Amino acid sequence: MLLDHLHRLNAARDARRATVTITELDTGAARLFLEGEAFDPAVAPLVEPALRTGKSGIAEIGGRVVFVNVYLPPPRIVAIGAVHISQALAGMAEIAGFDLTIIDPRSAFATPERFGGTKLLAEWPEDALTRAPLDAYTALVAVTHDPKIDDFPLMKALEAGCFYVGALGSRKTHSGRVERLTKLGVDEAGIARIHAPIGLDIRASSPAEIAVAILADIIQALRSRDVTAGGRGAE
Amino acid sequence: MLGQPLYPDPLSVAQEWCANGRGVAIATVIETWGSAPRPVGSHLVIDADGNFHGSVSGGCVEGAVIAEAAEVIASGTARILEFGVADETAWRVGLSCGGRIRIYVERLG
Repeated sequence: MLLDHLHRLNAARDARRATVTITELDTGAARLFLEGEAFDPAVAPLVEPALRTGKSGIAEIGGRVVFVNVYLPPPRIVAIGAVHISQALAGMAEIAGFDLTIIDPRSAFATPERFGGTKLLAEWPEDALTRAPLDAYTALVAVTHDPKIDDFPLMKALEAGCFYVGALGSRKTHSGRVERLTKLGVDEAGIARIHAPIGLDIRASSPAEIAVAILADIIQALRSRDVTAGGRGAE
Repeated sequence: MLGQPLYPDPLSVAQEWCANGRGVAIATVIETWGSAPRPVGSHLVIDADGNFHGSVSGGCVEGAVIAEAAEVIASGTARILEFGVADETAWRVGLSCGGRIRIYVERLG
Protein backbone atom coordinates (compact mmCIF):
# COMPACT_ATOMS: atom_id res chain seq x y z
CA MET A 1 0.00 0.00 0.00
CA LEU A 2 1.27 3.46 -0.88
CA LEU A 3 1.85 5.77 2.05
CA ASP A 4 -0.25 8.43 0.33
CA HIS A 5 -3.17 5.95 0.18
CA LEU A 6 -2.84 5.18 3.85
CA HIS A 7 -2.89 8.90 4.71
CA ARG A 8 -6.02 9.44 2.62
CA LEU A 9 -7.67 6.32 4.03
CA ASN A 10 -6.94 7.30 7.64
CA ALA A 11 -8.14 10.88 7.03
CA ALA A 12 -11.39 9.55 5.53
CA ARG A 13 -11.90 7.22 8.50
CA ASP A 14 -11.31 10.10 10.92
CA ALA A 15 -13.91 12.13 9.03
CA ARG A 16 -16.41 9.22 9.19
CA ARG A 17 -16.41 8.90 5.42
CA ALA A 18 -16.87 5.40 3.95
CA THR A 19 -13.93 4.27 1.81
CA VAL A 20 -13.20 1.39 -0.56
CA THR A 21 -9.77 0.16 -1.63
CA ILE A 22 -9.28 -2.10 -4.64
CA THR A 23 -5.97 -3.95 -4.80
CA GLU A 24 -4.79 -6.07 -7.74
CA LEU A 25 -3.44 -9.18 -6.08
CA ASP A 26 -0.86 -9.99 -8.77
CA THR A 27 0.70 -6.53 -9.13
CA GLY A 28 -0.16 -4.94 -5.77
CA ALA A 29 -1.47 -1.85 -7.61
CA ALA A 30 -4.23 -0.26 -5.56
CA ARG A 31 -6.88 2.43 -5.90
CA LEU A 32 -8.87 4.27 -3.28
CA PHE A 33 -12.48 5.49 -3.54
CA LEU A 34 -14.33 7.78 -1.15
CA GLU A 35 -18.07 7.78 -0.66
CA GLY A 36 -19.69 10.68 -2.48
CA GLU A 37 -17.15 10.83 -5.31
CA ALA A 38 -18.06 10.01 -8.91
CA PHE A 39 -16.62 6.58 -9.66
CA ASP A 40 -14.89 5.41 -12.82
CA PRO A 41 -17.56 3.32 -14.66
CA ALA A 42 -15.07 0.42 -14.84
CA VAL A 43 -15.10 0.03 -11.04
CA ALA A 44 -18.50 1.47 -10.10
CA PRO A 45 -20.18 -1.99 -10.24
CA LEU A 46 -17.73 -3.10 -7.51
CA VAL A 47 -17.46 0.07 -5.45
CA GLU A 48 -21.13 0.95 -5.17
CA PRO A 49 -22.42 -2.38 -3.82
CA ALA A 50 -19.38 -2.55 -1.54
CA LEU A 51 -20.29 0.80 0.00
CA ARG A 52 -23.92 -0.24 0.28
CA THR A 53 -23.37 -3.63 1.90
CA GLY A 54 -20.10 -3.03 3.73
CA LYS A 55 -18.91 -6.41 2.44
CA SER A 56 -15.22 -6.87 1.60
CA GLY A 57 -13.97 -9.70 -0.62
CA ILE A 58 -12.29 -11.03 -3.75
CA ALA A 59 -13.64 -9.89 -7.14
CA GLU A 60 -12.54 -9.60 -10.75
CA ILE A 61 -12.10 -6.57 -13.01
CA GLY A 62 -11.12 -7.05 -16.64
CA GLY A 63 -9.76 -10.54 -15.97
CA ARG A 64 -7.68 -9.40 -12.98
CA VAL A 65 -8.26 -10.74 -9.50
CA VAL A 66 -8.68 -7.91 -7.02
CA PHE A 67 -9.36 -7.55 -3.32
CA VAL A 68 -12.08 -5.06 -2.44
CA ASN A 69 -11.86 -3.74 1.12
CA VAL A 70 -14.62 -1.58 2.56
CA TYR A 71 -14.10 0.72 5.51
CA LEU A 72 -17.39 1.94 6.97
CA PRO A 73 -17.46 4.48 9.78
CA PRO A 74 -17.91 2.95 13.22
CA PRO A 75 -21.39 3.13 14.73
CA ARG A 76 -21.95 5.96 17.17
CA ILE A 77 -23.23 5.96 20.70
CA VAL A 78 -24.86 9.17 21.91
CA ALA A 79 -25.18 9.16 25.69
CA ILE A 80 -27.52 11.67 27.31
CA GLY A 81 -26.06 12.31 30.74
CA ALA A 82 -22.48 12.98 31.82
CA VAL A 83 -22.93 10.71 34.83
CA HIS A 84 -20.74 8.10 36.53
CA ILE A 85 -22.02 5.33 34.22
CA SER A 86 -21.04 7.43 31.18
CA GLN A 87 -17.52 7.85 32.53
CA ALA A 88 -17.12 4.06 32.58
CA LEU A 89 -18.87 3.73 29.22
CA ALA A 90 -16.45 6.24 27.66
CA GLY A 91 -13.44 3.94 28.02
CA MET A 92 -15.31 0.76 27.13
CA ALA A 93 -16.99 2.22 24.04
CA GLU A 94 -13.63 3.25 22.65
CA ILE A 95 -12.15 -0.21 23.18
CA ALA A 96 -15.17 -1.81 21.49
CA GLY A 97 -14.79 0.50 18.46
CA PHE A 98 -17.75 2.83 18.97
CA ASP A 99 -17.66 6.55 18.42
CA LEU A 100 -19.11 8.06 21.62
CA THR A 101 -20.57 11.52 22.22
CA ILE A 102 -21.90 12.58 25.62
CA ILE A 103 -24.52 15.32 25.91
CA ASP A 104 -25.57 16.93 29.20
CA PRO A 105 -26.75 20.51 29.73
CA ARG A 106 -25.68 20.42 33.39
CA SER A 107 -22.25 22.00 33.13
CA ALA A 108 -21.25 20.69 36.57
CA PHE A 109 -21.45 17.15 35.17
CA ALA A 110 -20.17 17.77 31.65
CA THR A 111 -16.59 18.76 32.44
CA PRO A 112 -13.40 17.76 30.60
CA GLU A 113 -11.89 16.89 34.01
CA ARG A 114 -14.42 14.07 34.34
CA PHE A 115 -14.24 12.90 30.72
CA GLY A 116 -10.77 13.54 29.34
CA GLY A 117 -10.67 13.23 25.57
CA THR A 118 -14.27 12.00 25.16
CA LYS A 119 -16.50 14.15 22.94
CA LEU A 120 -18.62 16.12 25.37
CA LEU A 121 -21.37 18.66 24.65
CA ALA A 122 -22.51 20.75 27.64
CA GLU A 123 -25.81 21.76 26.09
CA TRP A 124 -29.44 20.71 25.83
CA PRO A 125 -30.13 17.68 23.60
CA GLU A 126 -32.65 19.90 21.75
CA ASP A 127 -29.72 22.02 20.54
CA ALA A 128 -27.01 19.38 20.15
CA LEU A 129 -29.25 16.96 18.20
CA THR A 130 -30.46 19.69 15.85
CA ARG A 131 -26.89 20.38 14.86
CA ALA A 132 -25.88 16.70 14.59
CA PRO A 133 -29.06 14.63 14.11
CA LEU A 134 -29.35 11.00 15.17
CA ASP A 135 -29.41 8.30 12.49
CA ALA A 136 -29.87 4.55 12.05
CA TYR A 137 -26.17 3.91 12.82
CA THR A 138 -26.48 5.51 16.24
CA ALA A 139 -27.33 4.01 19.63
CA LEU A 140 -29.06 6.45 21.98
CA VAL A 141 -28.50 5.88 25.69
CA ALA A 142 -30.46 8.12 28.09
CA VAL A 143 -29.02 7.94 31.59
CA THR A 144 -29.74 11.24 33.36
CA HIS A 145 -32.89 10.00 35.17
CA ASP A 146 -34.33 13.45 34.43
CA PRO A 147 -37.35 13.55 32.09
CA LYS A 148 -36.61 17.17 31.18
CA ILE A 149 -33.32 16.01 29.65
CA ASP A 150 -34.04 12.40 28.59
CA ASP A 151 -37.51 12.49 27.00
CA PHE A 152 -36.74 14.64 23.96
CA PRO A 153 -33.72 12.61 22.75
CA LEU A 154 -35.65 9.36 23.33
CA MET A 155 -38.39 10.60 21.00
CA LYS A 156 -35.85 11.77 18.44
CA ALA A 157 -34.06 8.41 18.57
CA LEU A 158 -37.29 6.53 17.85
CA GLU A 159 -38.08 8.89 14.95
CA ALA A 160 -34.57 8.51 13.51
CA GLY A 161 -34.69 4.69 13.68
CA CYS A 162 -31.61 4.46 15.93
CA PHE A 163 -30.51 0.81 16.05
CA TYR A 164 -30.63 0.96 19.84
CA VAL A 165 -32.66 3.13 22.19
CA GLY A 166 -32.13 2.61 25.90
CA ALA A 167 -33.25 4.45 29.02
CA LEU A 168 -32.00 4.09 32.57
CA GLY A 169 -34.50 3.66 35.36
CA SER A 170 -36.52 1.15 37.29
CA ARG A 171 -39.70 -0.39 35.93
CA LYS A 172 -41.65 2.19 37.95
CA THR A 173 -39.65 5.08 36.49
CA HIS A 174 -40.18 3.58 33.05
CA SER A 175 -43.95 3.31 33.42
CA GLY A 176 -44.00 7.05 34.14
CA ARG A 177 -41.85 7.59 31.06
CA VAL A 178 -44.19 5.47 28.93
CA GLU A 179 -47.12 7.63 30.06
CA ARG A 180 -45.33 10.87 29.16
CA LEU A 181 -44.04 9.62 25.79
CA THR A 182 -47.46 8.22 24.87
CA LYS A 183 -49.00 11.65 25.58
CA LEU A 184 -46.36 13.14 23.29
CA GLY A 185 -47.54 10.86 20.49
CA VAL A 186 -45.15 7.86 20.64
CA ASP A 187 -47.06 4.73 19.60
CA GLU A 188 -46.92 1.27 21.14
CA ALA A 189 -44.32 -0.02 18.65
CA GLY A 190 -42.10 2.92 19.53
CA ILE A 191 -42.45 2.30 23.26
CA ALA A 192 -41.59 -1.37 22.69
CA ARG A 193 -38.31 -0.37 21.02
CA ILE A 194 -37.02 1.28 24.19
CA HIS A 195 -34.69 -0.95 26.19
CA ALA A 196 -35.76 -0.29 29.77
CA PRO A 197 -34.49 -1.12 32.26
CA ILE A 198 -31.38 -0.45 30.17
CA GLY A 199 -28.69 -3.08 29.52
CA LEU A 200 -28.52 -6.87 29.41
CA ASP A 201 -29.68 -8.44 32.65
CA ILE A 202 -26.35 -9.50 34.18
CA ARG A 203 -27.27 -8.25 37.66
CA ALA A 204 -24.95 -5.27 37.16
CA SER A 205 -24.55 -3.16 40.26
CA SER A 206 -21.69 -0.62 40.07
CA PRO A 207 -21.60 2.14 37.41
CA ALA A 208 -18.87 0.24 35.52
CA GLU A 209 -20.88 -3.00 35.59
CA ILE A 210 -23.94 -1.16 34.32
CA ALA A 211 -21.78 0.27 31.52
CA VAL A 212 -20.77 -3.32 30.58
CA ALA A 213 -24.46 -4.34 30.52
CA ILE A 214 -25.38 -1.33 28.34
CA LEU A 215 -22.52 -1.89 25.91
CA ALA A 216 -23.35 -5.61 25.61
CA ASP A 217 -27.00 -4.72 24.92
CA ILE A 218 -25.90 -2.25 22.22
CA ILE A 219 -23.61 -4.84 20.59
CA GLN A 220 -26.41 -7.40 20.58
CA ALA A 221 -28.72 -4.88 18.89
CA LEU A 222 -26.04 -3.94 16.35
CA ARG A 223 -25.15 -7.50 15.38
CA SER A 224 -28.70 -8.81 15.22
CA ARG A 225 -30.19 -5.92 13.23
CA ASP A 226 -31.33 -6.25 9.61
CA VAL A 227 -28.05 -6.31 7.70
CA THR A 228 -29.71 -5.71 4.34
CA ALA A 229 -29.98 -2.12 5.57
CA GLY A 230 -26.20 -1.98 5.08
CA GLY A 231 -23.15 -1.65 7.26
CA ARG A 232 -20.96 -4.19 8.94
CA GLY A 233 -20.39 -1.92 11.88
CA ALA A 234 -17.26 -1.61 13.95
CA GLU A 235 -14.15 -3.53 13.02
CA MET B 1 -9.25 9.87 31.58
CA LEU B 2 -8.63 9.21 27.92
CA GLY B 3 -5.51 11.01 26.74
CA GLN B 4 -4.06 8.29 24.51
CA PRO B 5 -6.26 5.77 22.74
CA LEU B 6 -6.63 2.69 24.93
CA TYR B 7 -6.64 0.40 21.98
CA PRO B 8 -4.58 1.64 19.04
CA ASP B 9 -6.06 1.42 15.58
CA PRO B 10 -3.71 -0.70 13.38
CA LEU B 11 -3.80 1.54 10.31
CA SER B 12 -3.16 4.66 12.40
CA VAL B 13 -0.24 2.88 14.05
CA ALA B 14 1.13 1.93 10.61
CA GLN B 15 1.04 5.57 9.53
CA GLU B 16 2.79 6.68 12.71
CA TRP B 17 5.49 3.98 12.41
CA CYS B 18 6.14 4.97 8.82
CA ALA B 19 6.42 8.65 9.80
CA ASN B 20 9.07 7.58 12.32
CA GLY B 21 11.07 5.93 9.55
CA ARG B 22 10.21 2.34 10.46
CA GLY B 23 9.71 -0.30 7.77
CA VAL B 24 6.09 -1.47 7.90
CA ALA B 25 4.03 -4.31 6.43
CA ILE B 26 0.26 -4.51 6.35
CA ALA B 27 -1.38 -7.96 6.45
CA THR B 28 -5.04 -8.20 5.44
CA VAL B 29 -7.49 -11.11 5.58
CA ILE B 30 -8.69 -11.41 1.97
CA GLU B 31 -10.66 -14.69 2.06
CA THR B 32 -12.09 -16.99 4.69
CA TRP B 33 -13.75 -20.40 4.52
CA GLY B 34 -15.61 -22.09 7.33
CA SER B 35 -15.10 -20.89 10.85
CA ALA B 36 -12.64 -17.99 10.78
CA PRO B 37 -11.90 -15.84 13.79
CA ARG B 38 -11.54 -12.48 12.03
CA PRO B 39 -13.64 -11.21 9.12
CA VAL B 40 -12.37 -10.41 5.63
CA GLY B 41 -10.75 -6.97 5.62
CA SER B 42 -9.17 -7.28 9.09
CA HIS B 43 -5.64 -5.90 9.42
CA LEU B 44 -2.46 -6.80 11.26
CA VAL B 45 0.38 -4.27 10.93
CA ILE B 46 3.98 -5.25 11.59
CA ASP B 47 7.23 -3.29 11.73
CA ALA B 48 10.72 -4.47 10.81
CA ASP B 49 11.46 -5.33 14.46
CA GLY B 50 8.43 -7.59 14.73
CA ASN B 51 6.25 -5.16 16.71
CA PHE B 52 2.62 -5.56 15.70
CA HIS B 53 -0.92 -4.27 16.20
CA GLY B 54 -4.30 -5.65 15.16
CA SER B 55 -5.04 -9.26 14.21
CA VAL B 56 -5.85 -11.60 11.33
CA SER B 57 -6.88 -14.56 13.48
CA GLY B 58 -7.44 -15.32 17.12
CA GLY B 59 -3.70 -15.33 17.71
CA CYS B 60 -3.27 -18.69 15.95
CA VAL B 61 -1.27 -17.60 12.90
CA GLU B 62 0.02 -14.14 13.83
CA GLY B 63 3.49 -15.50 14.64
CA ALA B 64 3.88 -16.94 11.14
CA VAL B 65 2.52 -13.79 9.50
CA ILE B 66 4.98 -11.63 11.45
CA ALA B 67 7.88 -13.81 10.27
CA GLU B 68 6.74 -13.52 6.63
CA ALA B 69 6.24 -9.77 7.07
CA ALA B 70 9.93 -9.30 7.87
CA GLU B 71 10.77 -10.72 4.42
CA VAL B 72 8.11 -8.61 2.72
CA ILE B 73 9.51 -5.46 4.38
CA ALA B 74 13.03 -6.42 3.25
CA SER B 75 12.14 -7.36 -0.33
CA GLY B 76 9.18 -5.09 -1.01
CA THR B 77 7.42 -7.98 -2.74
CA ALA B 78 3.88 -8.69 -1.56
CA ARG B 79 2.79 -12.27 -0.94
CA ILE B 80 -0.33 -14.25 -0.19
CA LEU B 81 -0.34 -16.69 2.75
CA GLU B 82 -2.83 -19.42 3.35
CA PHE B 83 -3.59 -21.12 6.65
CA GLY B 84 -5.96 -23.92 7.46
CA VAL B 85 -6.29 -27.17 9.30
CA ALA B 86 -4.65 -29.85 7.21
CA ASP B 87 -3.06 -32.22 9.72
CA GLU B 88 -1.79 -32.44 13.26
CA THR B 89 0.79 -29.72 12.59
CA ALA B 90 -2.16 -27.36 12.46
CA TRP B 91 -1.77 -26.82 16.15
CA ARG B 92 1.61 -25.25 15.56
CA VAL B 93 0.71 -22.87 12.76
CA GLY B 94 -2.90 -23.06 11.69
CA LEU B 95 -6.43 -22.54 12.76
CA SER B 96 -7.59 -24.89 15.47
CA CYS B 97 -11.15 -23.70 14.87
CA GLY B 98 -11.27 -25.62 11.58
CA GLY B 99 -11.45 -22.70 9.17
CA ARG B 100 -9.16 -21.61 6.38
CA ILE B 101 -7.95 -18.08 5.64
CA ARG B 102 -5.91 -16.28 2.99
CA ILE B 103 -3.85 -13.27 3.98
CA TYR B 104 -2.29 -10.64 1.73
CA VAL B 105 0.94 -9.19 3.11
CA GLU B 106 2.31 -6.02 1.51
CA ARG B 107 4.93 -3.42 2.33
CA LEU B 108 3.76 0.09 3.17
CA GLY B 109 5.31 2.84 1.05
